[in-house]
Amino acid sequence: MIPLALIQSTAETLMDKAAIEIPQDYLDGLQHAAKTEDGDLSSFVLKAMLDNYEAAKEDRRAMCGDTGVPRWFVKLGNEAQVEGGMVALETALRRATANATNGVPLRPNRVHPLWRTDHDNNVGIGAPEIEYGFEPEGAWIDLITVHKGGLFGSDYRMLFPSDGIQGIKRFYLDSLMAFGKRGLACQPAIIGIGLGGSKDICMTLGKRASTLRIVGSRNSDPRIAEMEDEFKELGNSIGMGAMGFVGKNMVIDCNIEVGYCHTGGLPMSVHAFCLSSRRAVARIHADGRVEYRTDPDWFTDYQRRETVDWEPQREAAE
Amino acid sequence: MSPREVRLSTTPTPEAIADLRLGDVVYLDGLMYTAREGVYMRALEEKANIPMELPSQSAANFHCSPAARINPDGSFDMGAVTATASFRFAKWLPEWMAKTGAKLIVGKGGMTSKDYKEYFVPNGAVYLSTVGYGTGALLGRGVENVEAVHWNDELGLAQAMWVLKCNRMGPFIVASDMNGDCLFERENAKIAQNVERVYEGTKPAVMKRYGESDDRTDEVI
Repeated sequence: MIPLALIQSTAETLMDKAAIEIPQDYLDGLQHAAKTEDGDLSSFVLKAMLDNYEAAKEDRRAMCGDTGVPRWFVKLGNEAQVEGGMVALETALRRATANATNGVPLRPNRVHPLWRTDHDNNVGIGAPEIEYGFEPEGAWIDLITVHKGGLFGSDYRMLFPSDGIQGIKRFYLDSLMAFGKRGLACQPAIIGIGLGGSKDICMTLGKRASTLRIVGSRNSDPRIAEMEDEFKELGNSIGMGAMGFVGKNMVIDCNIEVGYCHTGGLPMSVHAFCLSSRRAVARIHADGRVEYRTDPDWFTDYQRRETVDWEPQREAAE
Repeated sequence: MSPREVRLSTTPTPEAIADLRLGDVVYLDGLMYTAREGVYMRALEEKANIPMELPSQSAANFHCSPAARINPDGSFDMGAVTATASFRFAKWLPEWMAKTGAKLIVGKGGMTSKDYKEYFVPNGAVYLSTVGYGTGALLGRGVENVEAVHWNDELGLAQAMWVLKCNRMGPFIVASDMNGDCLFERENAKIAQNVERVYEGTKPAVMKRYGESDDRTDEVI
């Protein structure tokens, strides 16, 4: 049984870490970009960002003043049990979000869409989002918080099978061009592409591809992994860099996730995470141990399963 | 070549402004206030009295909401500071500049050269862009003190008018000049030369959407 108080305190620590500490995989990616960048202004911007990550850690202040819209992904091992049940868990995550907004501090970004009511704590109707995933074994829960920007850099389009790979490339480039100019997408970023699913799941896949996979990871389907390499290269060949200045680094990595869709369609979404790529993860074990990390490791074989039944023995034998 | 660095007052002289060149890196000293849609609507549409002496106290308008809190004792804690995209505020800025004498508009992503020529240059004003985006921790370090938070009750923390005492606060990049030229449009024009090659072989979606432009040198803002 995982104690509720431990969930809330861990969640508060995660909110702090996500806002302040740049994940190592993204930092490595940006440092590599800074070495290869030869545009005067783009180079200056990347150097300033690297200084900014240091300042944030030294001062324990948020990397960016726009701390995005904090949200939660919760993954449970099949045997996990939470004190008070799932309603108590959701309350703990809402409390942690409100406390950390005041504590770090974060910007209270969340408002009612029509009345602009602001509770000054990033909590309200549907906020923070809490999404769930499950894994076949384990009595642990993974808490993952992502603080993604909320305004620019994402788009959706219903394509069709006849649009094919060249249509996919076109919409990808269109999204980078539209939001890359003036740096509205806060690039260079991890770009996530969602292909397939129903319309809402297509958006979800793209968002998760950008926020729940790390730089250097590759899809387990080798042909999709090849596309990821190709699309990263394509985005970096536009000639646009940080802030939309001339440069060669727009995409730190490109992650693609797929889901089965309607036979007549090919829905596609594109998402840009940002220069702060805020994510933090903790695994809480049944015995009370807490392990912090920055790789959500969301897209396991189980999450990408194609079969009716899950047959781990057969998978293991292959 | 590294960009030129400039220290600039938030109540700058006309000469100091005229000396700025596109792409210069600026660090600010003096008082700067935040004002975005909430403040503009309250001051310009609801005609509320602006609770500062402008521009004598500050001629620098920051398009920003900070990550900050007001403590129970009334003091303020300022964490990170980052700008929000400015193009959305064009409808209020001409009147705001006329009313407040703002000379430095500080934000994210700049405005169009049309905005600069129509009302920035005649008002002797330039645009400074934050860097990144965003270097929130570096900018937070440049805030020596929060002098006041106006209209918090009316507008909430994110839209309130924060008055920041800046001490070498930066970096910012000069994104417009006294010719009304726009740094981002200059960069867009350079990138546009390569667009055709990048798009080669790709094809437009079989199903169109209303409002589409096929001119990739256009901006969507």
